[in-house]
Amino acid sequence: MNTFSKADKNTLLFVIIITMLAPFILNPFPEGSAMAQFNAGYPDLMQRFAIFGILAVGFNILFGLTGYLSFGHAAFLGVGSYSAVWMFKLLSMNIIPALILSVIIAGVFALVIGFISLRRSGIYFSILTLAFAQMSFSLAYSVLTPITNGETGLQITLNDPRILDGGTGAGNLPVTGLFGMEMRNTFTLDVGAWAFQFNVGYYVCAIFLILAFYLSMRIFRSPFGLMLRAIKTNQTRLNYTGLNSRPYTLAAFVISGMYAGLAGGLMASMDPLAGAERMQWTASGEIVLMTILGGAGTLLGPVLGAGFIKYFENIFSKINDNVLHTWFSFMPDGLENAIVWVLHFFVGKGWHLTLGMLFMLVVIFLPGGLMEGADRIRARFGRNKGDGDDTPNATTPAE
Amino acid sequence: MDQFLLQVLNGLDKGSAYALIALGLTLIFGTLGVVNFAHGALFMVGAFCAVSMQKIFEISKVTIDATKTDFLGNPLKVKTPYVIEWFGESAGNAMINWSVPLALLLAIPVMLLVGYIMERGLIKHFYKRPHADQILVTFGLAIVIQEIVKASYGANPIPTPAPSQFVGSFDFGVLLGMDPNAVIYPYWRLIYFAFSAVIISAVFAFLRFTTFGMVVRAGMADRETVGLLGINIDRRFTLMFGAAAAVAGLAGVMYTPINSPNYHMGMDFLVLSFVVVVVGGMGSLPGAVLAGFMLGILESFASMNAVKDFFEMLYLPSIDQIVIYLVAIIVLLTRPRGLMGKAGVMEE
Repeated sequence: MNTFSKADKNTLLFVIIITMLAPFILNPFPEGSAMAQFNAGYPDLMQRFAIFGILAVGFNILFGLTGYLSFGHAAFLGVGSYSAVWMFKLLSMNIIPALILSVIIAGVFALVIGFISLRRSGIYFSILTLAFAQMSFSLAYSVLTPITNGETGLQITLNDPRILDGGTGAGNLPVTGLFGMEMRNTFTLDVGAWAFQFNVGYYVCAIFLILAFYLSMRIFRSPFGLMLRAIKTNQTRLNYTGLNSRPYTLAAFVISGMYAGLAGGLMASMDPLAGAERMQWTASGEIVLMTILGGAGTLLGPVLGAGFIKYFENIFSKINDNVLHTWFSFMPDGLENAIVWVLHFFVGKGWHLTLGMLFMLVVIFLPGGLMEGADRIRARFGRNKGDGDDTPNATTPAE
Repeated sequence: MDQFLLQVLNGLDKGSAYALIALGLTLIFGTLGVVNFAHGALFMVGAFCAVSMQKIFEISKVTIDATKTDFLGNPLKVKTPYVIEWFGESAGNAMINWSVPLALLLAIPVMLLVGYIMERGLIKHFYKRPHADQILVTFGLAIVIQEIVKASYGANPIPTPAPSQFVGSFDFGVLLGMDPNAVIYPYWRLIYFAFSAVIISAVFAFLRFTTFGMVVRAGMADRETVGLLGINIDRRFTLMFGAAAAVAGLAGVMYTPINSPNYHMGMDFLVLSFVVVVVGGMGSLPGAVLAGFMLGILESFASMNAVKDFFEMLYLPSIDQIVIYLVAIIVLLTRPRGLMGKAGVMEE
């Protein structure tokens, strides 16, 4: 770790502490209080934080570091999920073989797609990856139904072969686990009014997130990472120096695809089913949004962005008109109804509208994302202290 | 032979839609240098202009007819659309019947306005920003438009029938001396094809034969020089953006009787239209049109039963859903610039 500066080590330490103590940090409100609905410390959501964190960290290697905007990253997520579920069906409910297969298959898939789409750069590349993702979606949705089970989605069943632990399914569907530790096991610690939940699945995801983050940090600080940054800055000039940039971009694409495959595999490990809708263009768009919202090209940004989006998706989807009415009940009736009528479009099922608005606002006003926002605030208050991330001007994606 | 002809005809209507959207995309890209990810949303907005027109015509005045009663004995409420009340029985019914073609009249100003606002209000500020930002902001806009439409019209497809005169099919085979019913083809799809042919020719004629079009073409070739000659090229490009939006919108209006519009139709078409643009060659208007029709026809060939049987014989799944993408891959591997792409467009 001698290539890391002190600030880098602090960032890594920060991530480790946050992820390990997440059940406490995300659960600040006591059980049963009015604010309890804003808690995020339950297993399902924490798992999603970690999984999408991995996804965004991987996407950042391609977009933030290399400057290639892929609009088809959800395809790799889907491929990873399908491979993991197949491993659960055929081999064993242990997640290790499933994750290995999903990373490998996603990598191979990324190699093929990358080989074709990296022949072009800039806009062409975005369009091509979008087309490939849409093609993968159609493949999964209808064409390859024998493999993907089409619309219904791929699930585990009782009469799957499961060569290694075939005997376990006696009446109940087997659950995913890691050498006997079941992913769904949760230990609840009651402290006063608080109930902190420690879930095996979350900690598995969290450890993978830390490993993924560490690896991306190594890539950022390596000569290879420097080369990727050079490609982002000025590919033409790099080509004129007699260097073929294709192997580097392809490597970045494959690495980032493997990250997405790992995320997909983890998603299937937490809940062993895989559906085609995971590969749709909206899912790809969400990945892009997470990365730019947090700050493309920064180390910590994508993880923050992923957490931010998933948290607010969860909160916003829960709010309905009744909740809004109770919130604004202190106002005069007419005003209350007017406010609820306006907000109604943005909450509950309208979450996607909020997402779209957020997307536009971030791109228009804060292209560097939350990290840039934090930098600006820090600059405003005169405490201009670097926090170990990239130089501020590295946050704008180059073409 | 009749099967072959039928598939060509079947491909034409989808091909027309691809060609019209791809034409607009290329026009915007060629003039303003922006890749508009919201173009599919414009197509969808056009389609919902037709839906709105239908809804407007169906706004009814409720009168209570005392002479009739329903089964509970209450006086019957009779709904009379205002158009019937205002324009009389026959004219009013004709208007309701022809609501889709009449929606063109609504769509043209609406789309021009939407295009104008979009360009002046949003995209103008993104000319100097990286392409990635342009893609992202138009992508966000597409989501917003789509969700607004979903919130106001619901998530289900809304049927918008063609005028009753055009319901039914045309026996195409008889014209060519074949058996009756060998090649039959819905009237409306023929009209759609004819309509798109007219629009495409109009756009080309406009660019080729008018002074305005000439200036626009000059601006596409070298914006800076045209600007230096004292021509306000930005204003013309804004108008071209509006025109491209109108083309997409009109394509959407006329498409509604073929497939009932729903809020995500735009994005479904957009991805394929992008593929069309890439295959045709970025920045080439004839390429976009040619590739649009070609891929539409190819798609319908791939869905033929004979082709499906052939693939089944080889133990392969049928490829009709993905044939366009496969062609795009082959074209890119062999002719990376697309069929009619120009050198130097988007090549950095």
